[in-house]
Amino acid sequence: MKRDIKINKCVIKIATINGTGSASANALFAKGVFRMGVPISPKNIFPSNIQGLPTWYEVRINENGFLGRRGGIDIMVGMNPQSMERDIAEVEKGGYFIYDSSKPIDPKLLRDDIDIIGIPFMERCREAFTDPRQRQLFRNVMYVGALAALFDMEMEVLKELLHEQFKGKEKLISPNVKALEMGYQAAKENCECPIAYQINRRDKVGNKILMEGNAACGLGAVYGGATFSAWYPITPSTSVIEGFEKYCRQLRMDPETGKKNFAILQAEDELAAIGMVIGASWNGARSFTATSGPGLSLMYEFLGLAYFAEIPTVLVDVQRSGPSTGQPTRTQQSDVLAAAYASHGDTKHICLYPSTPKECFEQTAAAFDLAERLQTPVIIMSDLDLGMNAHMSDPLEWDDEKKFDRGKVFTAQDLDEMEEKFGRYNDLDNDGICYRTYPGTHPTKGAFFTRGTSKDEYAIYTESGEKYIANMERLLKKWETAKQYVPKPIIRTTDKPCTVGVIYYGTSEASTLEALHHLDRLHGISLDSLGIKAFPFNEDVVQFIEDHEYVFVVEQNRDAQMRSLLINEYDFDPYKLISILHYDGSPITARYIRHEVRDWILRTTTSPSRLRR
Amino acid sequence: MSYAVPGFRHPNLPTNELGFTTKDYEGSVSTLCAGCGHDSISAAIIDACFELSIPPHRVAKLSGIGCSSKTPTYFLGNSHGFNSVHGRMPSVATGANMANRNLLYIGVSGDGDTASIGMGQFVHAVRRNVNMVYICENNGVYGLTKGQDSATTDLGSKSKKGEPNALEPIDLCAVALQLGASFVANSFSGDKKQLIPIIKAAIAHNGFAFINVISPCVTFNNAPGSTKSYDYVREHMASTNAVDYVPPAEEITTDYEPGTTEQVVMHDGSTINLQKMDPKHDVHSRRSSLALMQEYKAEGKILTGLLFVDPDMPEIHSSMNTTDIPLRNLGEDKLCPGSDMLEKINAKLR
Repeated sequence: MKRDIKINKCVIKIATINGTGSASANALFAKGVFRMGVPISPKNIFPSNIQGLPTWYEVRINENGFLGRRGGIDIMVGMNPQSMERDIAEVEKGGYFIYDSSKPIDPKLLRDDIDIIGIPFMERCREAFTDPRQRQLFRNVMYVGALAALFDMEMEVLKELLHEQFKGKEKLISPNVKALEMGYQAAKENCECPIAYQINRRDKVGNKILMEGNAACGLGAVYGGATFSAWYPITPSTSVIEGFEKYCRQLRMDPETGKKNFAILQAEDELAAIGMVIGASWNGARSFTATSGPGLSLMYEFLGLAYFAEIPTVLVDVQRSGPSTGQPTRTQQSDVLAAAYASHGDTKHICLYPSTPKECFEQTAAAFDLAERLQTPVIIMSDLDLGMNAHMSDPLEWDDEKKFDRGKVFTAQDLDEMEEKFGRYNDLDNDGICYRTYPGTHPTKGAFFTRGTSKDEYAIYTESGEKYIANMERLLKKWETAKQYVPKPIIRTTDKPCTVGVIYYGTSEASTLEALHHLDRLHGISLDSLGIKAFPFNEDVVQFIEDHEYVFVVEQNRDAQMRSLLINEYDFDPYKLISILHYDGSPITARYIRHEVRDWILRTTTSPSRLRR
Repeated sequence: MSYAVPGFRHPNLPTNELGFTTKDYEGSVSTLCAGCGHDSISAAIIDACFELSIPPHRVAKLSGIGCSSKTPTYFLGNSHGFNSVHGRMPSVATGANMANRNLLYIGVSGDGDTASIGMGQFVHAVRRNVNMVYICENNGVYGLTKGQDSATTDLGSKSKKGEPNALEPIDLCAVALQLGASFVANSFSGDKKQLIPIIKAAIAHNGFAFINVISPCVTFNNAPGSTKSYDYVREHMASTNAVDYVPPAEEITTDYEPGTTEQVVMHDGSTINLQKMDPKHDVHSRRSSLALMQEYKAEGKILTGLLFVDPDMPEIHSSMNTTDIPLRNLGEDKLCPGSDMLEKINAKLR
């Protein structure tokens, strides 16, 4: 097949079996491309299973720096016979299918619109290695070597990575390098190398880092001063706490005593996890938990308590596909409403929507300031795609001049100097935020009773409707105050005349921005965009919607939850907000957004609000 | 409604080492029914804290939901309190303890709060040996919702409605013992002489101190036929020991017969003097306590007193190796690694 050569632009997918050790080989390949200065975006597509079921690793390679999912597969490495039929079918016309020819391929599967390359990985592995477990592991490293030959990658880069990976376990380096070279040779012997897709060294990565969002959240909690975390294991949030623990063990062991300047408790369930966080926060320690949809549902009662009793609470929600157990290892943005209005009664919570590991780090650290300043829960709305995949991100930054904002807390001295009686829920500054005291502050002043029942300014139980309303109104005032503290949206305006906008949030960012780029270049459609970073929305979000005739809202859920939230909070004309929804459990693609927007605009010559009339 | 207690103090009220009177350990006036066992327990907590000269602000009192969980309003008015959600006091107390290991945590719960909705949290707080006093004010009935049987209602016991309970009760002391609790006591709200020293010993204990206190509900579960009525408990109560708590600095004097007393030295150097009522009981043996409880139960008796204590079992912070400084007191210098370290972390991610 004759093709044009494509340099540094392709999507490769590797199909393997869960539990066979392919993850580290896949990461080796991705990092190899990254080290050659070429931007990458890897995605794990894994089953809810320990061993035996099909799993995939999809890497988008794009020297222009487009990092969202593109859609479509150019090169498939089919190492799993179980999934071979669908894997081969998924390759785009003109693409490649690479398989282990140690066993013959079923002729029924062959396609003539793609190139099929057989390389006898297992056969070679059997000849070179005796231990069965090693054979399996080195077969994985072999396909990385083969890819290096097929893409014309720099082998030295991959070897260097193996040296780094096995630092301290030097014995493993030479067999791994051997397997890598065997794969390289086997590819050269079995097909013409390189193929039409090639990876050439560039300088397009700069000082960027490759990091998983969950690790970034864990590190953000260390920098944000969290000393306590309670959690219950749940995919895909588990690695937030694992990241926190890993970094705490590096950075928070007391050098003099060898004791921990942190504590992590694995709770009996999510109810206990958030209860512990609330107890510790009430007592003055920065604390947090991490969970996913089912855990968020279990935390509802306590989130209402934290809202009403005004206790700082930080929660990382790594969203996955719901409802119920849903697709536990697939991504979605479907907890938007569940988080924003979590719990019974009138409640609303501050939500942050990170799009990159850098934002995961910054927003998690900032969440502790926000929670203590505003004395309320703050929920970081990450998702499986962001949390469990490595993302290329701007490097993490920290301003050493900036100090923690511990919010309004009276010390013993403050209490001594006060003339009036201390009232926990007295709005002294008229911003809805009152002063709290930590237990144990003063022998005779400042004690109060924290409760989930209605109370007066002095935290005394009351059933007075008047007092109840005054308190609820004050909480709304605090909500208004919150708008000045939460991160502002990111607005990008086109320099061409534009009456249509696009709103996105979280992990829809990269694909949306890429779609907008191509809509402009390929279709002449130029749109303004706004990335929501926080709830409550601030004036900029309102203004953006008002300034445009209509606005697309891109989200990864079925029910257009962010659109509902916008309409619910601001009474926007629903016809003004047009949903672009993607919710099959895979990350939204740039191609999907581009086609949806293009088709909508080409179909519609009048504005949607006029259409209605 | 909570009512403020009048500020008037009798000039001759005795003071403790800190110069406080019992008034300084009181809370608001109780809104529970007149004669409620829970009020006697609140009074016992006040007396124990007063007599031990505990600075009121060094105590945090926590509870769940229910009649029992209302009581922290009625004692230690100068302490921070937290009336959390139903059955979840153990998690809130655990978190509070994690933040500051230097305060005294008193958790108050009831039988609905502990043995039903909060059973999961209760058993895990026991397992973790959270350093706190956990008092279950056990009346065998749901009071605020007007008289339903609870999970601790004895088989055949009749509440006000007259229906005998058809289910086996959960014995919280036995559960705590089996889960490895380091301090387990059973008592009766009507026996102040026994309850106050038990509370003192529980406060001195470095770990999870569980006290089940049978506390009759005068409104819904004090009728003839109830096994948690004042009359029934008084008639059927048997003590395994008489408890006398001696603070660290005081001289130990006992007037019991030699051979019938035992001294348990607590972690803080204080002593519990036990006068053994039943020579078969070994307070250091779970097996002995469980066997004796079963034996008494078979005879229709309720065994009270200090059932088990292990003063040396590591509490949660020592098993987790957390710093001696309360976590909440650690400054930004100890917590935030700064930009130079972050640059090193970035470098490893390239």
